[in-house]
Amino acid sequence: MFTQYKYWKPYISPFDPCPPIKVKVYATPPQLYMGFQPPGLPQFPTPQEALRAGTLWPQLFSPYPPPKGGMKSE
Amino acid sequence: MWYYEKKLQYPVKVSTCNPMLARYLVEQYGGADGELAAALRYMNQRYTIPDKVVGLLTDIATEEFSHLEMIATMIYKLTKDATPEMLKEAGLGDHYVNHDKALFYENASGVPFTATYIQAKGDPIADLYEDIAAEEKARATYQWIIDLSDDTDLNDSLKFLREREVVHSQRFREAVEILKDDRNQKKIF
Amino acid sequence: MSKKMPPEFYTLLEEIQAIDFVIVELNLYLDTHPNDYDAIQQFNENTEKSMKLKVNFEQKFGPLMNFGRSYSDYPFNWVDTPWPWQV
Repeated sequence: MFTQYKYWKPYISPFDPCPPIKVKVYATPPQLYMGFQPPGLPQFPTPQEALRAGTLWPQLFSPYPPPKGGMKSE
Repeated sequence: MWYYEKKLQYPVKVSTCNPMLARYLVEQYGGADGELAAALRYMNQRYTIPDKVVGLLTDIATEEFSHLEMIATMIYKLTKDATPEMLKEAGLGDHYVNHDKALFYENASGVPFTATYIQAKGDPIADLYEDIAAEEKARATYQWIIDLSDDTDLNDSLKFLREREVVHSQRFREAVEILKDDRNQKKIF
Repeated sequence: MSKKMPPEFYTLLEEIQAIDFVIVELNLYLDTHPNDYDAIQQFNENTEKSMKLKVNFEQKFGPLMNFGRSYSDYPFNWVDTPWPWQV
């Protein structure tokens, strides 16, 4: 398993002009990990759900914005 | 040749009259990593890439045109009934003076589309890595537009388009693997 | 021109969009996995479904495709609104 988002804490200077964003986040979506897609991966149960997700395979689905706990403004 | 189908790939709904969003969306219309650049890049690369991946380039290029149409639909709906005053407030005054409500292939800062956005090195690996990078950049652009938009219906369509970048990137990565593979090399010599 | 489309237009259209999306996904997958028999079978099944849905849709709402991929009524109804960006 992998995580779709990575978090890091930038250096904060007492002389930074704006209130600091303490945690920053960037996306690491599934295509970075899958390699050559194996045959027979589970699919979304209906065409409607696949359309809504933007992919036929849940393992290729990447949510945005990052799930809670990782908001940009934290 | 191509046939046109009278439908969008994914339904586009816009719930708020906010022409400012049209200004941001233009980045994906005529910007460096936008849908037009993507479609033209893949369509152009396919003539010189090894035969094994021509089908993929053709199909992704074709899908990109349907994404271009979705972006155009969003921009059209966001500006269709906006008054000149509203366009001015949205920072689209310059656009209005030059183009009225016409769509124009330019980026969010008003820089016109240019062929220099379309990388074509002729080296299959260089070109495919370019394509992977283009998909990741387009994905990032969708993220930043979603961050700036509070229209949930519009964001629904933008999330679909962002996910398509993920899938296209996956396929281009597989294309690289296909070209790296040397199992069938002996037959050539 | 205001011609309000009935709710059925949107539901049938979205049904087609969903099936056609599955076909697009399988098509791109098969471009890099040409030997996946199950995926080819699923591709063909969905292609047939899509064609059936479109025949039904076109009888109610006019042609979906140009250049002879759809039949026309009299008068030529390819040119009728709404276009995809208008609906």
